[in-house]
Amino acid sequence: MNLKKKQTILVASVLLIVLIGAIALDAAFPSYHIVIKVVKKAAVYSLVAVSMNLLNGFTGLFSLGQAGFMLLGAYTYAILSIPVSLRATVYQYFDGGLVQFSIPEFFSGLMGESVGGTVGMLLTLILGGLVAALLAFLIGLPVLRLKSDYLAIATLGFAEILRAFVQWDKLGPLTNSSNLLKSYPEFKTATAYVIIIGLFVAVIVLLVNSTYGRAFMAIRDDEVAAQAMGINLAKHKRMAFVISSFFAGIGGGMLAMYMGAVQALSFRSSMTYEILLIVVIGGIGSITGSVLTSFVYVAGVEWLLRGLDSGEFMGIVAPGIFKNGFRMAVVSVLIMVVVLFFRKGIMGDKELPDLLKKRPRKAKKKEAAK
Amino acid sequence: MQGVIPYIINGISAGGQYALIAIGYTLVYGILRLINFAHGDVFMVAGLIMVYASSSMPMYLAIPLVLVCTVALGFVIERVAYKPLRSAPRMSLMISAIGVSYLIQNLAFYLTGGLAQAVVNPIPWISDSVEVFGASTKRVTLVTPALTILLVIGLVYLIKKTKIGMAMRAASRDFETAQLMGIKINRVISATFVVGSFLAAVGAMLYFTNYPSVSVTSGAMPGLKAFVAAVFGGIGSIPGAVVGAFIIGICEEFIKYLGYTTFSDAFTFALLIVVLCVKPTGLFGEKVTDKV
Amino acid sequence: MKKLIALMLAMLMAFSLVACGGGSEGGNNGEKVVKIGVYEPQTGDNGAGGKQEILGMQYGNYVQPTVEINGETYQVKLEIVDNRTTAENGPSAASELVNRKVSIVLGSYGSGVSAAGAKVFNEANVAAIGVTCTNPIVTAGNPAYFRICFTDPFQGPALASYAKDGLGVSKAYTLAMLGSDYDQGLVKFFTPAFEKLGGSVKSEDFPEGTANFVSYINNAKDAGAGVIFAPVSINYAQLIIEAAASQGYEGVILGSDTWDSNKVAEATVGKDVTVAVTTFYQEGADAEFDAGIKEWINSDADAKANNGGNDQVSAVTVMGYDAYFVALEALKKAGTTDPAKVLEVLPDVTHEGVCGKVVFGAEGDAVRDMAVIKQANPETGAWDFVKIQQVG
Repeated sequence: MNLKKKQTILVASVLLIVLIGAIALDAAFPSYHIVIKVVKKAAVYSLVAVSMNLLNGFTGLFSLGQAGFMLLGAYTYAILSIPVSLRATVYQYFDGGLVQFSIPEFFSGLMGESVGGTVGMLLTLILGGLVAALLAFLIGLPVLRLKSDYLAIATLGFAEILRAFVQWDKLGPLTNSSNLLKSYPEFKTATAYVIIIGLFVAVIVLLVNSTYGRAFMAIRDDEVAAQAMGINLAKHKRMAFVISSFFAGIGGGMLAMYMGAVQALSFRSSMTYEILLIVVIGGIGSITGSVLTSFVYVAGVEWLLRGLDSGEFMGIVAPGIFKNGFRMAVVSVLIMVVVLFFRKGIMGDKELPDLLKKRPRKAKKKEAAK
Repeated sequence: MQGVIPYIINGISAGGQYALIAIGYTLVYGILRLINFAHGDVFMVAGLIMVYASSSMPMYLAIPLVLVCTVALGFVIERVAYKPLRSAPRMSLMISAIGVSYLIQNLAFYLTGGLAQAVVNPIPWISDSVEVFGASTKRVTLVTPALTILLVIGLVYLIKKTKIGMAMRAASRDFETAQLMGIKINRVISATFVVGSFLAAVGAMLYFTNYPSVSVTSGAMPGLKAFVAAVFGGIGSIPGAVVGAFIIGICEEFIKYLGYTTFSDAFTFALLIVVLCVKPTGLFGEKVTDKV
Repeated sequence: MKKLIALMLAMLMAFSLVACGGGSEGGNNGEKVVKIGVYEPQTGDNGAGGKQEILGMQYGNYVQPTVEINGETYQVKLEIVDNRTTAENGPSAASELVNRKVSIVLGSYGSGVSAAGAKVFNEANVAAIGVTCTNPIVTAGNPAYFRICFTDPFQGPALASYAKDGLGVSKAYTLAMLGSDYDQGLVKFFTPAFEKLGGSVKSEDFPEGTANFVSYINNAKDAGAGVIFAPVSINYAQLIIEAAASQGYEGVILGSDTWDSNKVAEATVGKDVTVAVTTFYQEGADAEFDAGIKEWINSDADAKANNGGNDQVSAVTVMGYDAYFVALEALKKAGTTDPAKVLEVLPDVTHEGVCGKVVFGAEGDAVRDMAVIKQANPETGAWDFVKIQQVG
């Protein structure tokens, strides 16, 4: 069996296992169970982390605006999909708000509850992505000319400005200003999350392996050389930025679904940092790494390590040490260890199929010497 | 009605506080080309140490202790988190800075139990109230800009006239050549962090005299604003950072005077983006071109 | 290959963690245990308030550690989970509680995070009793969420009529944090009520993380406002008081139930400011209870630290205490530890609490028609009773 074939089988079987796993979890646990919540949140985080990786890892653009684009996606989804009958309660201070229709409702009227609802929800999600992409395009016009760290700060600033706008009282009839948006429809099962996120991640994988992806990587490795090779820098950077924001917007919409109630305050810069650190731990430039780390990180922080906060962990009872905040302290120490000592992260720039490749000894040694 | 005067006084005071933090950003950036995201958190830790120290020992011991501890923290951060990454790409360095910031916040969180620590024993004299042009304010409001300017003069002297200052300038010009000329680069960088942290500690003591408590996130906003100020003035330039800080401080309060309180933070960032797009090197910054 | 092995090891570790997590749920030497979930922020902006609320439940648990369910005595165990104040951490914290098989949930301090967790409790059919989350959106349309405090549509007008009729002020200035649904919501209920009484209102917001409130106070002075209404969290309350004192603001600073904390009262010490709040309970109203909880706080170093270092009782603590007993009543009435059954009987549960009688009305909100107005005493750093405020 040649390598290529082996790799295909490996990828296919891993995907299949994940899918079967998700279905099994759905069957075994009720929808409110912590395992389902973890899978859902981790799936959402993996899409956002991969979208950030596309920008920071593959194109070498250091952007910190992810939370802002997620905010747009989340709000677009929530605003357009709250059922009309519930708008009066949600927009309690704004007479039911400005928008008086709901896309999923419209489609369920057209094609029936389950099919139409799903189609409507998906369309609204994509619409959220498009809104984020459109704004990214506009922001990108001035900002993408900036060099690395200036770009980081400018995008961070944009995310903060966006947040202020969404919370602005004058926009209240549209965004409900500082108040929660809730009661919008969501996908009940973890399987739905895994399938949808899986599809979007697959699109990103295809993109990375296309000529565009190669152009992105050329820009990352050496801008001047890439330009000399005839790659249109401005166009490709903008494209990476817009595409990454599109997926961040979809991720934001899915996050809104997961949270059940969405508030602009959640999308602060610390969320961007959290996702950035996931990308780093997974390995900058590895999609597999980002996905894997999202699952490990979310499961750890939200579930497995909770004992560190409440006095009992792995059978060790130490209320004096295992008190509130210890969990996050431990997690951040682990993150620093990865950042400093395992600079390449879990996967480096390897992907799942690369695990089967045998590296020649020499190359390995060279790597170590570095 | 006192009109705009109290806003301007308040703005100048805020500007002075931002300036002390902004210098730390600008010095480090000048040499390492690194946005030290952890600097705002160092500032917060200085405030926390001040709270603990001032409640358990007399002021003449507490103040030096805060300075020493903060300087030590800055030094350790550099040695542990930045030095090993000297040859790594700049992005790794910045990520490490974000990681350190995350770590400091979470550790401070754990140690304080997530509760704001009350400033029970503020520094006397400067925390008294005084009247200026009919507007009442704390004396620290007036002391801060004056002290800032004194410290900046001292710093400029340090950089222009002393040996270590010359080494700093050489390192910020060209890292590798400076090394070849026999400058011990690690010492220079450490010195930079020491100076930056020292100023942050002074800033923190003045800043938290104004406020009743220090919480884990108290450093984030002043840190970010100070960073914006540093970029605004031209990152790498000390006078630029100071001027930028005062401009940001005054503008911010002026926006509130005009009644656009919702956008007081957003405005700061908008200003930053406009400056970056129109003149990416800031008011006083030098143009840097990439070499192939 | 090395990477692969490392990966495998990591997975193995994760699995062993799961196994441990599952293993530790074993029995408690034959003693029957019923779990009450505590869904509260211990970190974040509302960490301080959340901890004080938990304190009340812990004291309740100390006073009454057992409950009689269907003729059998159960030990009550509090399962405390931190929801970190923010909505995005709500769902997982809530399902963690459900996962620990709690029979009923208490909390949370802060409406946003309560609403985020509400959905999980509803899906899981576990009853949740909001202790001091006053925004109507928490319980609206959610059959599993109840609350024992008054709501903002009551609190806002109560404050407005106190400001207008009690203080005789015709111009108010409101200050709320941008992005906080609690702050903004209360302002939204205060403003029309105040205007209806013939007053006028100027509203402003401040961004999260603001520390310098001097300019806001000056804006209030320029507007000629006789009262500053700022329903913000405890940290900001301290900062606002500080700024008002330094600017010599002469009007009254009015706070909501969040302000009823010893930390806020202490912030006024030695300053020339008037601070008044609406709240649920006044220390001294029940001497026996006060003495008991003070003794307990003083005997427990952790409890004292969580209460901000002294033994002054906050209303949220008392509400937490009441909530605990409402939960016990519900368990007794249900006659089982099955959460679904508890949810079924909860609407009919009544309890004579320290803060007054709890009876659940429409949407699961407690019927309350009065609020206590308290004023901070700058000399003692404690709260003084002013009056009982009713709307109208």
